[in-house]
Amino acid sequence: MIRVMIPLALAVLALFAASLLTGPAGIGVRDGLAALVAGDGGPLTLIMREIRLPRAILALMIGGSLGLAGAAMQGYLRNPLAEPGLIGVSGSAALGAVLALQTGLAASFALGLPLMALAGALIGVMLVMLLAGPRGASLTLILAGIAVSALAGALVSLVLNLSPNPFAASEMMFWMMGSLADRSMLHVWLAAPLMALGAGLLLTLGRGLDALTLGEDAAEAMGVPLSRLRLQLVIGTACVVGAGTAVAGAIGFVGLVVPHILRPLVGARPSRLLWASTLGGAAMLLAADIAVRLILPERDLKLGVVTALVGAPLFLHLILKLRKERI
Amino acid sequence: MLRIEGLRKNFGGLKALDGLDFEVPPRSILGVLGMNGSGKTTMLNCINGVYIASSGSIQLDGKELTGLKPAQIFDRGVGRTFQVPRVFSRMTLWDNLAVPLLSRSMTRAERDEIRATWLKKVHLFDLRHNYAEELSGGQQKLLELARIMVSRPKLVLLDEPFAGVNPTLSRLLIDVIRDMPGETGCSVVLVSHDLTSIYELSHDIIVMHEGRILARGDAETVQSNPDVVEAYLGA
Repeated sequence: MIRVMIPLALAVLALFAASLLTGPAGIGVRDGLAALVAGDGGPLTLIMREIRLPRAILALMIGGSLGLAGAAMQGYLRNPLAEPGLIGVSGSAALGAVLALQTGLAASFALGLPLMALAGALIGVMLVMLLAGPRGASLTLILAGIAVSALAGALVSLVLNLSPNPFAASEMMFWMMGSLADRSMLHVWLAAPLMALGAGLLLTLGRGLDALTLGEDAAEAMGVPLSRLRLQLVIGTACVVGAGTAVAGAIGFVGLVVPHILRPLVGARPSRLLWASTLGGAAMLLAADIAVRLILPERDLKLGVVTALVGAPLFLHLILKLRKERI
Repeated sequence: MLRIEGLRKNFGGLKALDGLDFEVPPRSILGVLGMNGSGKTTMLNCINGVYIASSGSIQLDGKELTGLKPAQIFDRGVGRTFQVPRVFSRMTLWDNLAVPLLSRSMTRAERDEIRATWLKKVHLFDLRHNYAEELSGGQQKLLELARIMVSRPKLVLLDEPFAGVNPTLSRLLIDVIRDMPGETGCSVVLVSHDLTSIYELSHDIIVMHEGRILARGDAETVQSNPDVVEAYLGA
């Protein structure tokens, strides 16, 4: 376990530093760090503290959250194909965001869009809980999540369909592709408390998720309160994914792929995967956010596009590997 | 210890349990015999809360268990094993025994001591660093029993513990189960098709048939009951 965690933690640290030092301004390592730490109020300080630092912190937080939520969701559903968006949070957060863009609320004040996205996520998760019921099994939760996701997706399409002009529509489309460009510390402070709460709830699920590998009846017979575990999982996932989607848009594949990659390294215990996936998710998103700035800096490549472009082939590779093992 | 009165469980029109009444005194083993479909496992599922009883009462030390969730019933001191052993196959034996203890307020030394004690009892201590998936089916049953016992239950529900276990391990399992009430103060409800083991271990036996108790008593009484001979033993 430690043999995996230490390299992961070092990779996150290195990528965080690299993220701080990547950008069109071409600031050197020494100047960049001096501006960040000492801060004389000049343009370098402004770039480092107001542009790059929030971007790097958000990549760290959101990537870690998505990795953690993915590992928790896969552990709970005992299905390696599960991902955090399965309970409809990202879809309903996206609906809130496009409504904010459509109504002009996003333009009226800085936090209009993320707050609407958060409200969307909250309503979405409440609907899922209402549909799944207090003692529902995991299958009910999946079905409720799919229903809410489908409804949110249909409503997003409706909003796009009714958008007053192509510019508004493309603005919504771009937002949904996910990005960390032009985010400020305000976004960090908005997301951080929810993410901390959600991460706290998810990271304490380890014992219950381990017990669940024996089946729901055996887990309960070992004293694991399943209703409470499920509530904790849904609220935790809603907090981290809702907050992440609210400030950065929809970023796919991190929650699906990272636990997959790390599972063979940390073993099959879901509890061990929680921390490892948190670090793995953070590393993946930091790397992807560095890549969007390096590959096509002039074209504003979207983060969600890169994670999907990296994640999908990686996932295909895993499928092929699995098929080979089964033959 | 355990008192069951008028326990009924219906699945639609099917009466799986049709008014069970029995008691399990402290530090005793109750053997439960019955053909497939007679309601033995349904009864265990009602006691540990997997099924909600349609009516009747299940009391442990005078406190009602009906309506509680399985996790709450576990907290009240009821542990159970399953027909097919449920062990954490990708965990070591040592880690397997840690899972039920994680929510208990015990020091690390206490945890280690009770884990070592039970692994020694089931003759698996030397394999403690092996993965559970490396064990035979019979050894997995022993490990599952040890995992239940480390949480110091008051009542242990054993569902077909001897099924698919070779004679050597079966003998070990019988010895371990026999000593449990005396050593830990627990009571045991032992559901099995294995007549020899039931007769050897049980202080009291009930024979179930179509959700009802057909006969009860010690081994001799049950074996000589004509209804039991006709309906179950067939000899």
